[in-house]
Amino acid sequence: MNVQVEPAKLKAKDFASDQEVRWCPGCGDYAILKAVQMSLANMGAQPDNTVFVSGIGCAARFPYYMETYGFHTIHGRAPAVASGVKIANPELDVWVVSGDGDALSIGGNHLLHLLRRNVDVQFLLFNNEIYGLTKGQYSPTSQAGQKSPSTPQGSVDAPIDACTFALGCNARFIARGIDIQAKQLGDIFTRAQEHKGASFVEIIQNCIVFNDDAFAHFTEKSVAKETQIHVKHGEKLIYGADGNKGIRIKPGAFELEAVTIGEDGVTEDDILVHDETNRVLANLLVAMKPPEMPIALGVIYCDPAPSYERAVQAQVEASMANGAGDMDKLLRSGNTWTVS
Amino acid sequence: MNLQTDPSQGESSDGAPLSEADSDSVVVRFAGDSGDGIQLLGGQFSQATALDNNSLATFPDFPAEIRAPTGTTYGVSAFQIKFGSRHIRTSGDAPDVLVALNPAALKVNYEQVLRGGLIILDTGSFGERNLKKAGFEVDPREDGTLKEYRTIEIDISALTLEATKPFDVTQKEALRAKNLWTLGLVDWMYGRSLDATETFITRKFGDSAISQANIAALKAGHAYGETAEVSGDIPQTRLGEVKFESGEYRLVSGAEALSWGLVAGCKLAGIDMTFCSYPITPSSPILHILSRLKNFGVTTFQAEDEIAAACSALGASYTGKMGITASSGPGIALKTEAIGLAISTELPLVIVDTQRAGQSTGLPTKTEQSDLFLTVWGRNADAPMPVLSARSPGDCFETAIEAVRLATKYMTPVFLLSDGYIANAAEPWLIPSMSDYEPFPVSHRTDPEGFQPFSRDDETLARPWVKPGTPGLMHRIGGIEKADGSGNISYDPDNHQLMTDLRFAKIDGIANDIPAQTVESGAEKGKLAVVGWGSTYGPINRAVTRMLAEGYDVSHIHIRHIWPLPANLIDLLHDFDEVLVAEMNKGQMLTFLRSQCGRPIEGHLKVNGQPLTIHEVQDAIRARLDK
Repeated sequence: MNVQVEPAKLKAKDFASDQEVRWCPGCGDYAILKAVQMSLANMGAQPDNTVFVSGIGCAARFPYYMETYGFHTIHGRAPAVASGVKIANPELDVWVVSGDGDALSIGGNHLLHLLRRNVDVQFLLFNNEIYGLTKGQYSPTSQAGQKSPSTPQGSVDAPIDACTFALGCNARFIARGIDIQAKQLGDIFTRAQEHKGASFVEIIQNCIVFNDDAFAHFTEKSVAKETQIHVKHGEKLIYGADGNKGIRIKPGAFELEAVTIGEDGVTEDDILVHDETNRVLANLLVAMKPPEMPIALGVIYCDPAPSYERAVQAQVEASMANGAGDMDKLLRSGNTWTVS
Repeated sequence: MNLQTDPSQGESSDGAPLSEADSDSVVVRFAGDSGDGIQLLGGQFSQATALDNNSLATFPDFPAEIRAPTGTTYGVSAFQIKFGSRHIRTSGDAPDVLVALNPAALKVNYEQVLRGGLIILDTGSFGERNLKKAGFEVDPREDGTLKEYRTIEIDISALTLEATKPFDVTQKEALRAKNLWTLGLVDWMYGRSLDATETFITRKFGDSAISQANIAALKAGHAYGETAEVSGDIPQTRLGEVKFESGEYRLVSGAEALSWGLVAGCKLAGIDMTFCSYPITPSSPILHILSRLKNFGVTTFQAEDEIAAACSALGASYTGKMGITASSGPGIALKTEAIGLAISTELPLVIVDTQRAGQSTGLPTKTEQSDLFLTVWGRNADAPMPVLSARSPGDCFETAIEAVRLATKYMTPVFLLSDGYIANAAEPWLIPSMSDYEPFPVSHRTDPEGFQPFSRDDETLARPWVKPGTPGLMHRIGGIEKADGSGNISYDPDNHQLMTDLRFAKIDGIANDIPAQTVESGAEKGKLAVVGWGSTYGPINRAVTRMLAEGYDVSHIHIRHIWPLPANLIDLLHDFDEVLVAEMNKGQMLTFLRSQCGRPIEGHLKVNGQPLTIHEVQDAIRARLDK
């Protein structure tokens, strides 16, 4: 940490750089940018100790708009660059901003290893289910049948679910939010930042130009309450406009089902309590998809483990415990002989 | 009996290898199955030879397969050493002595031995099955195949079993000591002490039965040589000590010297190293060595792939550390995009390329110098960066320091070229003292006053290096073209021209900050200059020295700074009637120099996975001067 004195409380605008934001008007990225800037201010982050790393794509322009340190790298490689940053200086607060193509297609391998190693960064995946910057091709999260410039007859690829992927990579923190839900996003960012280890956050983001309304079936105000469940650790998995819908284990099966309390003999006691440390439950929750089930939002899984860079640092410190190495001694280690 | 003084050895008329006719050096080649411990045998013999004040150079030559099926020709592992009472610069052309621990090892190697040379065979391995696997229809000991050589047949397998009998080891463990029995015998032939090897065995196996069995085998081989009834057959040779420059010496391999040079460079720069790499032959030893040097402030990271290795090293450099990555050809190809980002963001980065033979997977354990184009020109767009090459194992230390110096001073990625030969070869090395080196401390910018991320130093044109975490200096960098000074995204055409020119000017300027090109041997002008780079230093230098002694007007120029070239190089080359580039590729330095120099240049080019030999370079010189 570089600042010893208590800094003046910063505001969201103090985290905005002087660069003009250049996303399409109406892009979901604007709302996410605002939410991040607000969260950083609220959590008392220090701009000079914060680093935003990104790859390539619309989302990857993010660092330019942040009044922090920023590194706009190459397609898919942000997790690798961020790993190097964090290993080299564990004191920095490192955020990675990526998109569905960047993170799950060209950069899938790096994301896998960032998560399984548990490098202490916040990884924000802006998922709009489309390639925006290259003008609208389908992405690895696009739904099967997606028509796009490269799939005029519809995509035949099976899509991947981002949170399911992250769980499969042994990520210890998994959360999901929606671009327009600033308050909920703020809570997620705060939790992600507090979590010491890789924090994976999927943000459902609307691409107004190439994939508009891809998520409208659960983000539209008219349906949101019936199609979204905001999970909270220790609280019952209840949702719905009337607060009478819930998630329970389907009797006689190892799967979840959405039920209405008071119907078919269902009581509140049948509804599951969210346990964010339960990996099995997390797997079931992230797989829920509207319209059959509500989409799970909030911190779905959080079960901390020691972070990678601290373990790396500990080995270096242990090696240094007996004093720093002497170069001249190293060069003379082993068998030497003297010619006079 | 003295093996190497018989002048008739140089007179072979049937194209057989010619003797170097040196009375002051010997070439021994050990060969056996890849599981026979040939590399350990060679390494221990080298150590004992060095401790006897002989000069030496080694050439480990092993298959890519870890344990190829036993007895097969493609599973043969070999180790060649040339040692002598004068300074030795190559591992030698044709062996004077071949030790073959099985028929396959004989099959692969015997034709390279000097006619009249000595072949020692382990007859215990010459059963019908092994002969067949090696591709011998008839036992080569009986059909005259070896009639031009002197052979000594010893049942090394049986003698090893006999020697290790008193100890509680399995037959398999006992037979593994075959290499040490052989070492004992060869140690005796050249008057080497067994002490260092005994210490090595004890350190490795402690006070175990295996340890005792191994030492017993070593001593038994030695005693076998001494025994009266056989010593008539086995030649014993003593070479005088080399008059080395005074000082403390050790044996060093290229991988060791290069790793230590990187650490030393970081010490001189005053910053810690973050080394990020992905396993690949023949580069991996650098990762292994550095991972044990954490007490030197070295952090190592085995990344998930080559791309991540380069990217994470660049991430480390971004934080103000010395980010370094290492690989070999195929891995370097993958790192290319990240190197472009390092050039664009003007961050220091050292990329070590231990070159290996062939395109794609090629010949992973064999040597070549064919990544010159890849490193100088192999990137998208106009992306200049310095390229250095080390000429010998010990020289890797100096070149690695130079790579760190240029990277940090000029805020640029730097390529450091080694190759499979240098990486694995060992030579006696006059150990430098760190106090002999001028430190080049890095200063990270901390002053917010007038700060611009892409402002430039007047002299070097380097931009400021700021560590994230520094108050008041927040800024953004990336691969998109940056406005001169501010570093903000800029699509302005004139700005792109300006920034491209600046990046070129920065790298071109390094030519004034590196030593002028010297001539290694021969005159500074004349009839013929033989130009080399990297690991061909030894054979070219020896060849030119010999030709000078024969009265030829020839000089040797060896290039360390490939890009930018030393400022005086072009003029120097114009001072010779003819220029000959000798290299282990299809003409990369040749083409490169032609492009820079605009004069006729010829090439002596070879890509068979083996180092250049002294004789072929001599022949190439003769071909041009005997006109």
